Amino acid sequence: MTKFTNVNPEEVKAEILKKYPSKVARKRAKQIVINKVEDGDVVPEILANSRTVPGILTMRGCSYAGCKGVVLGPTRDILQITHGPIGCGFYSWLTRRNQTRPESDKDENFMTYAMSTDLQEDEVIFGGEKKLKKAIEEAVELFHPRAIGIFSTCPVGLIGDDVHAVSREMEAKFPDINIFGFSCEGYKGVSQSAGHHVANNKVFTDVVGLMDTPKDGKFRLNILGEYNIGGDAFEIDRITQKCGLTVHSTFSGNSTYDEFASSHTADLNVVMCHRSINYLAEMMEKKYGIPWFKVNFIGANASAKSLRKIGEYFGDKELRDTIEKVIAEEMVEVEKVRLDVLSRTQGKTAMLFVGGSRAHHYQELFAEIGMETLSAGYEFAHRDDYEGRKVIPNIVIDADTRNIEELTVEADDSRYAPRKSPEEMERMKSAGYKFEDYDGMMPEMKEGTLIIDDLNHYEAEILIEKYKPDIFCAGIKEKYVVQKMGIPLKQLHSYDYSGPYAGFQGAINFYKEIDRMVNSNVFKLAKAPWQESPELAASYAWTK
Amino acid sequence: MLLRHTNANVTERQALTINPAKTCQPVGAMYAALGIHKCMPHSHGSQGCCAYHRSSLTRHYKDPVIATTSSFTEGASVFGGQANMLEAISNIFAVYDPEVIAIHTTCLSEVIGDDLVQIIKKAQDEGKIPKGRRVIHSSTPSFKGSHVTGYSNMVASMVQYFSENTGKKLKQVNLIPGFVEPSDMAEIKRIANEMGVKHVLFPDTSEVVNGPMDGKYHMYPKGGATVEQIKSAGDSQFSLALGRTGAMAAAKLLDTKCKVPCEILDLPIGLRATDEFIDNLRKIAGVHVPESLSVERGQVVDVMTDMQQYFYGKKVALVGDPDQLVSLAQFLTDLDMKVLYVVTGTKAGPKFDRRIKEVAGEHVVVKSGQQSDMFYFHQLIKGEKPDIIFGNTYAKYIARDEDIPLIRVGFPIYDRVGHQYMPLVGYRGAMRLLEKILTVILDRQDRDAPEESFELVM
Repeated sequence: MTKFTNVNPEEVKAEILKKYPSKVARKRAKQIVINKVEDGDVVPEILANSRTVPGILTMRGCSYAGCKGVVLGPTRDILQITHGPIGCGFYSWLTRRNQTRPESDKDENFMTYAMSTDLQEDEVIFGGEKKLKKAIEEAVELFHPRAIGIFSTCPVGLIGDDVHAVSREMEAKFPDINIFGFSCEGYKGVSQSAGHHVANNKVFTDVVGLMDTPKDGKFRLNILGEYNIGGDAFEIDRITQKCGLTVHSTFSGNSTYDEFASSHTADLNVVMCHRSINYLAEMMEKKYGIPWFKVNFIGANASAKSLRKIGEYFGDKELRDTIEKVIAEEMVEVEKVRLDVLSRTQGKTAMLFVGGSRAHHYQELFAEIGMETLSAGYEFAHRDDYEGRKVIPNIVIDADTRNIEELTVEADDSRYAPRKSPEEMERMKSAGYKFEDYDGMMPEMKEGTLIIDDLNHYEAEILIEKYKPDIFCAGIKEKYVVQKMGIPLKQLHSYDYSGPYAGFQGAINFYKEIDRMVNSNVFKLAKAPWQESPELAASYAWTK
Repeated sequence: MLLRHTNANVTERQALTINPAKTCQPVGAMYAALGIHKCMPHSHGSQGCCAYHRSSLTRHYKDPVIATTSSFTEGASVFGGQANMLEAISNIFAVYDPEVIAIHTTCLSEVIGDDLVQIIKKAQDEGKIPKGRRVIHSSTPSFKGSHVTGYSNMVASMVQYFSENTGKKLKQVNLIPGFVEPSDMAEIKRIANEMGVKHVLFPDTSEVVNGPMDGKYHMYPKGGATVEQIKSAGDSQFSLALGRTGAMAAAKLLDTKCKVPCEILDLPIGLRATDEFIDNLRKIAGVHVPESLSVERGQVVDVMTDMQQYFYGKKVALVGDPDQLVSLAQFLTDLDMKVLYVVTGTKAGPKFDRRIKEVAGEHVVVKSGQQSDMFYFHQLIKGEKPDIIFGNTYAKYIARDEDIPLIRVGFPIYDRVGHQYMPLVGYRGAMRLLEKILTVILDRQDRDAPEESFELVM
């Protein structure tokens, strides 16, 4: 029970587990946790990143979706070829709303093109490498790209096509083009998360570090794990620029190949979506000496906090002053809208089940307009995203995780350059400044809230029935199920085709959007007058 | 430009598909399975397939789309998916209690060679399938055919598993629609009812994926053909398959399996295809066509003649699925429009090419199968510009770049509503098409006309 509800979470959990066959119930019992925050932000252990129960209506997707769809998809000038039957390439075609803005009409933009080898039965039987090579040749002929990524689908791994060997061979044939393959077959791992890792690895080994040209600017950083859905990265670019910061490269919203290739020249990596990209941040620190920390540009206060932390990192007085000025300036409009919306949203409740960081980040925005999160969980996150990175040493590595390559990274001979001296880092850390940090979702959630990993359809129905939240946040597959029950659902993958929600302007957009959703009239119209009061007065029954 | 790298110079491709004009079999199979009452579609493969298909169908219908998955991991992919499938069957019946589980395969489970017949038998033997419940399957590898083939295969599987010739002949006709919208299925039923013809229509997704908002979520909505109905299709007098690629397989199977004779018709989109459907149904059932349908027909012809000046000579380009394309090409030609290009990614064979040229003229550029994609379609458009494009939502990138109006038909339509609720088939569908066509033509004229010749009455 929390301030906003008198529902007993233990009872809800019991109710959920009741219907499951015992094996399923045992597993789900570990994935449904009642939150409790003890000293040192110690929270109960949750089972995460574990196999989806077969036959359960799950929200989850696959490794290919995580690799091609999430991490590489937003890059506009790496030509992407899906190697496999037609479906995967088709479904990942423009559906994630990653916006991009080429600098001129002449600049490359391949994002509107879905390319596939469209493997046929014969090729599945006799091997698809020949067709892949031919497809690459045809793509080169038509598009003249500087880089080509090949993405493996399920059958590719099983029939033994070696996309890496093909990439090398074709690169030898076209020496001006960087060609690399991803082993992101859909069956790898247990969710999209495996694909994120595969994508991080390949981008790190085959792209990052290829160009040593830094961008101009005094305070240069990369933003990792920001995919520019609905224009979020544009808003982050706007405010960082206003502060005098230079975003060298965003991984991977509105990004280019060159920006990736030279990203190691920046002096700081900040991480938005911890789940999808922490690997790259860690590897870049080891190889190039670039420190990283977690930021959050979802929420006006969170954005301000993140900007201040970046300012503090660079330590420049003028920069920090500008940041304060920008925050003060931006917050005027934010506060005006926030207070107006707050008068209509205060005390309302939300549930968030999405992604690997959004279910956490968006709680900030709801809190800003007085809305409490009753229950939340991720679709594909790991324990550290729930409990904080402090639990990483205790995470048991299972077979599914072991199947994803873990790279051994060493400091680059010539280019490793710690951006801050060990003493400086120590000094900052002891003053409470956190690097390589993510405290996770649970320590920031209220006691008694229900944390549910890999929530499924049936459990969502029970949650809604018991808690009757004012808004539910998930994805497209869940949207109309929940809305049929008369509760608005905000899609936090696609933003329901609006946005941006990041930064200050984004916060304003989100406040207004939630105001619209929780106070809309349309959901009240589900019943016709004769359904509201079906009784007939005798005097009206004249048709007999 | 959104498609800035596309130019008019068509070069031959043998391996690379760019902007496909088709998708894979399982999504069609999933959609067809939703047309069985109280059915849980199940995707036997890794869970990404199921997530993609559900997302795609949900975006298209803006309604709940349920389906479960075997959630293969690397282990299942190596050792076979039997354990996952058996566990899934137990869990599905325990948690969701459907009447039917309709399994479709994926490229993954096909490559590893899972034998679904054997797995279903094992589930049966182990008592995992409750009494009276059914588990059926269809083989729908993504490396063959397209979403239309997947639909067709699942419909044929319904016949394979359910339809029986019990020896008694029922006074009913089977109506098997191709891959069309729930609104179209409802309209086909309405026409048959209007004619007083007792019928079994399957699959039937009406009131499944276009259900009402009533404040409650119904996992199994009212709609869908029941197992009983599909079973009784084996005792029907006749089958009408509406659409060669989507519906023929099931009708032929009813013929060979249950000795129910069939006729393969075009999808009843447009005037003449609807005429043909109604005329066939009339003769088979031995009924008169009611005045009400003749009035509907007359109204369509009325608009065609009244507004003939606006249709005449307009050039159109079509991309989509074979069954729709044949009927559309005919209707548009009947309107005195000139069909320039017809493109589908579904391998439709030489019969399709012939049929298109038969209905729309020898001049039409027809291409189907591998590399017949929207990139090629766009290249053709850059060659000679049509006045209207007919295609799914993805065609809007071409429409915007080339400044040509787009009329949305086919699958998927992610960015508009209407297709769920209002049919394209029958005379009502023809009327809807006429309205759509006239609206884009006249809106253009209003937009582009010099001020002095801006017309009040059109």
